[in-house]
Amino acid sequence: MTQFLKSREALLIAVIVALLALIASRFPAFIEPSNLSKVFNDTSPLILLAIGQTLVILTRCIDLSVAANLALTGMVCAMLNASMPGIPIPVILAIAVSMGAVMGAINGLLVWTLSIPPIVVTLGTMTIYRGIIFVISGGEWVNSHEMSAAFTGFPRAEVLGLPMLSWIAIIAVAMFLLVIARTPLGRAFYAVGGNPNAAVYTGLNVGRTQFWAFVISGTLAGLTGYLWVARYAVAYVDIAGGFELEVVAACVIGGISIAGGAGTILGTLLGALFLGIVKNALPVIGISPFWQLAISGSAIVIAVAFNARASRTKGRIILKRAEGTA
Amino acid sequence: MTDVARHIPDRLDSPAARLLKSWEVLLLAVAVAIFIANSLASPYFLNAWNLSDATFNFTEKAMIAFAMALLIISGEIDLSVASIIALASTAMGAAAQFDVGVVTLVLIGIGTGLICGAFNGVLVTGMGLPSIVVTIGTMSLFRGISYIVLGDQVYKGYPSAFAYFGQGYVWWVISFEFVLFAALAVIFGILLHKTNFGRAVYAIGNNPTGALFSGIRVRRVKFILFLLTGLMSGIAAICLTSRLGSTRPSIAFGWELEVVTMVVLGGVSILGGSGSIPGVVIAAFVMGLVTFGLGLLNVPGIVMSIFIGLLLIAVIALPRLWQMWRFW
Amino acid sequence: MLQSAEIGPASGVSTTPVMALSGITKTFPGVRALSEVSLELYPGQVTALVGENGAGKSTIVKVLTGILQPNEGRIEIDGQETTFPTALHATQAGITAIHQETVLFDELTVAENIFIGHAPRGRFGLIDWPAMRRKAKDILDRIDAPLDPMMPLKELGIANKHLVAIARALSVDARVVIMDEPTAALSQKEIEELYELVERLKSEGRAILFISHKFDEIFRIADRYTVFRDGQQVGAGLMSDVDEAELVRLMVGRDVDHIFPKSEHRVGDTVLQVEGFAHPTEFDGINFELRKGEILGFYGLVGAGRSELMQAIFGITRPSGGKIRIDGSDAAIHSPADAIANGIVYVPEDRGKQGAIMGLPIFQNVTLPSLSQTSNRGFLRLAEEFKLAREYTERLDLRAASLDQDVGNLSGGNQQKVVIAKWLATKPRVIILDEPTKGIDIGSKAAVHAFMAELAAQGLAVIMVSSEIPEILGMSDRVIVMREGLIAAEIAGGDLTPETLVRHAAGIGAKP
Repeated sequence: MTQFLKSREALLIAVIVALLALIASRFPAFIEPSNLSKVFNDTSPLILLAIGQTLVILTRCIDLSVAANLALTGMVCAMLNASMPGIPIPVILAIAVSMGAVMGAINGLLVWTLSIPPIVVTLGTMTIYRGIIFVISGGEWVNSHEMSAAFTGFPRAEVLGLPMLSWIAIIAVAMFLLVIARTPLGRAFYAVGGNPNAAVYTGLNVGRTQFWAFVISGTLAGLTGYLWVARYAVAYVDIAGGFELEVVAACVIGGISIAGGAGTILGTLLGALFLGIVKNALPVIGISPFWQLAISGSAIVIAVAFNARASRTKGRIILKRAEGTA
Repeated sequence: MTDVARHIPDRLDSPAARLLKSWEVLLLAVAVAIFIANSLASPYFLNAWNLSDATFNFTEKAMIAFAMALLIISGEIDLSVASIIALASTAMGAAAQFDVGVVTLVLIGIGTGLICGAFNGVLVTGMGLPSIVVTIGTMSLFRGISYIVLGDQVYKGYPSAFAYFGQGYVWWVISFEFVLFAALAVIFGILLHKTNFGRAVYAIGNNPTGALFSGIRVRRVKFILFLLTGLMSGIAAICLTSRLGSTRPSIAFGWELEVVTMVVLGGVSILGGSGSIPGVVIAAFVMGLVTFGLGLLNVPGIVMSIFIGLLLIAVIALPRLWQMWRFW
Repeated sequence: MLQSAEIGPASGVSTTPVMALSGITKTFPGVRALSEVSLELYPGQVTALVGENGAGKSTIVKVLTGILQPNEGRIEIDGQETTFPTALHATQAGITAIHQETVLFDELTVAENIFIGHAPRGRFGLIDWPAMRRKAKDILDRIDAPLDPMMPLKELGIANKHLVAIARALSVDARVVIMDEPTAALSQKEIEELYELVERLKSEGRAILFISHKFDEIFRIADRYTVFRDGQQVGAGLMSDVDEAELVRLMVGRDVDHIFPKSEHRVGDTVLQVEGFAHPTEFDGINFELRKGEILGFYGLVGAGRSELMQAIFGITRPSGGKIRIDGSDAAIHSPADAIANGIVYVPEDRGKQGAIMGLPIFQNVTLPSLSQTSNRGFLRLAEEFKLAREYTERLDLRAASLDQDVGNLSGGNQQKVVIAKWLATKPRVIILDEPTKGIDIGSKAAVHAFMAELAAQGLAVIMVSSEIPEILGMSDRVIVMREGLIAAEIAGGDLTPETLVRHAAGIGAKP
């Protein structure tokens, strides 16, 4: 318990509560359950992508292609729906998930088999995926009147008082909490990122573990692609432009160490919620939404400085008297 | 291990022989091929003024790429360069509203670049943070400040003399930007290849610990490189703002990718330790020619970005595939 | 090369090996790390593997555990030929190792570190944490380690991490347990506990490969021995058939006294004084002097704080107290650049990471700290660089195709020559050599030793950190022994014997 109180997660909860209290002191309507559920729903895409990004960063990689992946999958789903409105939603979901997975796998394969630095791979695929959207759409928009009611209705459908989009985010969080805690692959993400050298000694395949992290990240991005396009009922080349930075910001704020091997899904969830609350609060308290970008940027810089301070490495401690105190 | 008598020769193959086997020569051949292909594909290509126009596709990016090359050789990276342009341009635009002189505008552009570079440098070298995350953060931060200042507004009304940097010609078709690009290429070439500082950059990139143990002030060198990258982004901001004659917060959006691609295409190892300025210069021409040629064929800009993305991955992947294939 | 001693059947112990390696060869670019070695491990017996640094001990451990695959040779388990394409295959075959450096995961819990790769699974194939915790507790209890299985590993000290590594080895029902210098970082009490554990493993019928530099413990716990020298197996047999002198002779391959070219030279004035040097966690109360023309040896067990001390003197790490005087006046050293300016240079132990700069050619490596000498107002002058590099590399008898060759393509010994040349080119007054002959071939070793003696004769002050007793005895005028971050003894003249060194280094017969 005392350990939890000192953790990044506890600190983030405190910051979020303080932030909500501060907003509520002037605008009490902000913390009404209906509004908070709206904020959560609005943050759900960020949560979904940040979970995938967390796994990638845990293995010492980074995936900058998630927003482009989301946009391409979203566009394909929207165009399919526009041309063949009869395709049932489960099929659309399956297409979104597999398209995302394939794009993630391309990243993963390049990193695994050719050992190309992840930053280069995903910077490259980011522009390629984004460019393909233009090629297939010809730069045209798919607007709400071209989409079927079932298509746009799915993420908004309410189940037990919450929209489907929120439920999917909740299910994903629960599922990946389980994956991280209870599956060998989940633990391998930590092992591979924390000490790749030792991972080899214990028989773990570093490259393959990274590959799976990219596949999961891509899958979640693909799934979110459909949900995003359906929720906003529009698809165009630049949707979710720059969203990858917000995703990385959520992870870094959540305490995921960019050096790999350290961080939790709960931290990422809180990091995403923090950004979501800030984003939704800005118009309420009368600050221009143009502040959003600078705020995420500062949050990344502050969080990464904070992470580094917390994880400063200690020497190997030779003096006997120092061992107890360090 | 080769057993040789006590006398060890300086070099085995002559510099000329080595040059022939280099990446730069291969790249130069590619550049020539693209040039020929372009002149065959479009009748408008081989025109002095068209070619002069084509140089604007790469001169500003290449200026940043020179500094970025040094930074990447030293094992760091700066993804905030395009955002530095946005912030520097915004700062100049804001100042221009007060009718300040051209010299002041230039100083503001350069100063903003230096401050941003110093900010990155302090975070990376002073606090020991990973440059990739720091500059992803400052990438949002710097451009974010531009958005705060400008929102969906535009800054215009630059003094007419300011237009010279991006639109002026020194002689006939030779633009000011091209002259500046050429001069900076020479300066950075000398800095990297002919000075102690350049040697230190290579040493740090190959083995930062070994360089530190050899008495090189690693953090100072890296700080200077961030400063230089900021400076060059500021200078590029001056040229670009002058050329466009206006500032929006989305100015130079996505340029960081093109700059990094140019550097990597130029033969600089993304892992640090190797690369050359001549390589980056040729890569700048290659990218400029491709963009210009596709433009003449009416291929839209975003489709060109697919080529650039593919180029970035292929340039790194192909040598590795070749090696794997040879290994089997 | 000596013939392998015939292993005869001993009464009461098993004579069929559980694991047998034969004709194992492993080469790296430019290095033949193992050359047709054989090794046999018997159930219920401890086989000691001895050899100098660089003899190939670590490489054979990596081959045994599937981390490296040999180029040639045969691995047999119970007489069946087998191969280990990955580490997992070796683990599944019942081979487990406690490695020298801890290969553990700081961010994971103790229990997970013990079970990673083979965690107990429950429903749906999910990891069964309660079972894992219970099993971890059982194993930790078996080795009397009072650790909470759910504690994050990063909160443990070195000794406790070692216990986790041991528990990990026991978590698989290992038939072969490899211990690579397991006592190097342990206190005397912890060492005793480890010996008890080894006895227990023996009685359970497991085969143990025990790698150690300490002869006393080898004679105490081992049943058999195998000696490696320069990547070859040069002897094997029963401990009862061998004595210490014979083992040393096998390890070194010649009489120890003859290989050290210690010249008679005059020791001059004091150059370097280190006073009250301290660091919060690594060393404390360090006082010593160094004179011109003197070779001062620093002996101690691995992890005694010698390298940490030297790196503080060289300005890499900042000490929390104390000062350095050069020729009697205070020197402010805050970085290696300051140290070099004061005439102090350091040849690090980790040649690959800290010494040579792989990827740069030989001449650039040599001139790197001397660029201010060879350049003109910050501009390089290649001709001057080649001249300087040639002068020093030829003095060290470097073997290379050209000065423009990448240092990474040289053998370990020649890389070390380049690193030493780099420092001599700065014309230092004090040269600190940290394990200068670790992992290099005999020929280069002799060259380095000869050169060290020559330097001292020319009036340079030399500090040599070494863990090799013959080298310390053969080269030093005076020896400082460190233990657990403190100076344990300063020994000179007739008191310089292997026994006194080992006694002070291990803290035997002294107050802990």
